[in-house]
Amino acid sequence: MTEDMLQVSVWKGDAKGAFATYQVRRQENQTVLDLVTHIQRYLDPSLSYRFACRVGVCGSCAMTVNGKARWTCRSHVSNVVEDGRIEIRPLESLPVVKDLVVDMTDFFDKWAKAKGSFEPTCSRNDEIAAVSPSDKKRRLADAGIECIGCGVCYSTCDVVRWKPDYLGPAAMNRAWTLVNDVRDGGNDERLRAVAGDDGCLSCHSQQGCVERCPQKLNPTMAIAGLKRETIKAALKGKL
Amino acid sequence: MMQNTVRSETWLWLAQRTSAIVLAVCIVIHLTTMIIAMQGGLSTAEIAGRVSGNPMWLVFYGTFLAAVSVHAPIGMRTVLLETTSLSTKRVGLLTMLLGLFVFVLGVRTILGLYQMVPVS
Repeated sequence: MTEDMLQVSVWKGDAKGAFATYQVRRQENQTVLDLVTHIQRYLDPSLSYRFACRVGVCGSCAMTVNGKARWTCRSHVSNVVEDGRIEIRPLESLPVVKDLVVDMTDFFDKWAKAKGSFEPTCSRNDEIAAVSPSDKKRRLADAGIECIGCGVCYSTCDVVRWKPDYLGPAAMNRAWTLVNDVRDGGNDERLRAVAGDDGCLSCHSQQGCVERCPQKLNPTMAIAGLKRETIKAALKGKL
Repeated sequence: MMQNTVRSETWLWLAQRTSAIVLAVCIVIHLTTMIIAMQGGLSTAEIAGRVSGNPMWLVFYGTFLAAVSVHAPIGMRTVLLETTSLSTKRVGLLTMLLGLFVFVLGVRTILGLYQMVPVS
């Protein structure tokens, strides 16, 4: 193998699959997604993977690269390569459909379970709610709203691995943004949804999600906020 | 039923955090006293001389024990639920027994030391 060639191991098959290894020429400014695309176009047309925007907006190209979940489109080969080798696996804690494609159903179902949808308190006939951007609650909500649902945090979280029913960082980060949305009226039910054994109280605060979130969000802080609100609700007899 | 589970899990969580705060204070007092008092090495006579017949120490170690008996079983419950495939009911029973065992042992120790006649 020459120096300008990369040895790329890619997961093939479903959960019982195995790695296939390809040689890909190294280029400047090459991303991991470029590698996968090259393999599919020129070396193995049967390879399945997901991507759409290629520029870190859509969140569909997340995979496990050399053991860490990341967006492949925003991961330069030069930053992740180890001794000329790159290992690309599907995201963890989600069922593998084929090759690098996982079934995200559980992940998104848990957003719904955590009451991650807005519950309006007004109708279109009411005045538009005035929310100051500098308001304390609005700032807490703003800190978490840039999540694009890529599943990197979920795949990194150890608690998700141990407890398959655990809601996970992304769903609870979403719930926390709504808890701080003054226009939302679904908080009593939301706090009941995120309390309990599969919710915020099971977070170990290991902050793997914070470490790996490509958007630099802090789901651990969001979950800590949910813990506080949950306990307050319990003390008020609202749970 | 499910709502009851959510509620009881939340109270268990709160009980464990509250007992942790009590433990943090108790452990500091306990260790500091040990380090200060144990200059000549640990001995039954020395411990008995300090704590026996002293209601203040009885209350202190009683509080310490109560916090341990609440804190440890809840923690063990979480560990077992996350690392084994035992059912919630079985884990609950096992850790409740553990808590009871720790509590009974502790009560025997504390009362024993309180009633012990100091060796002069």
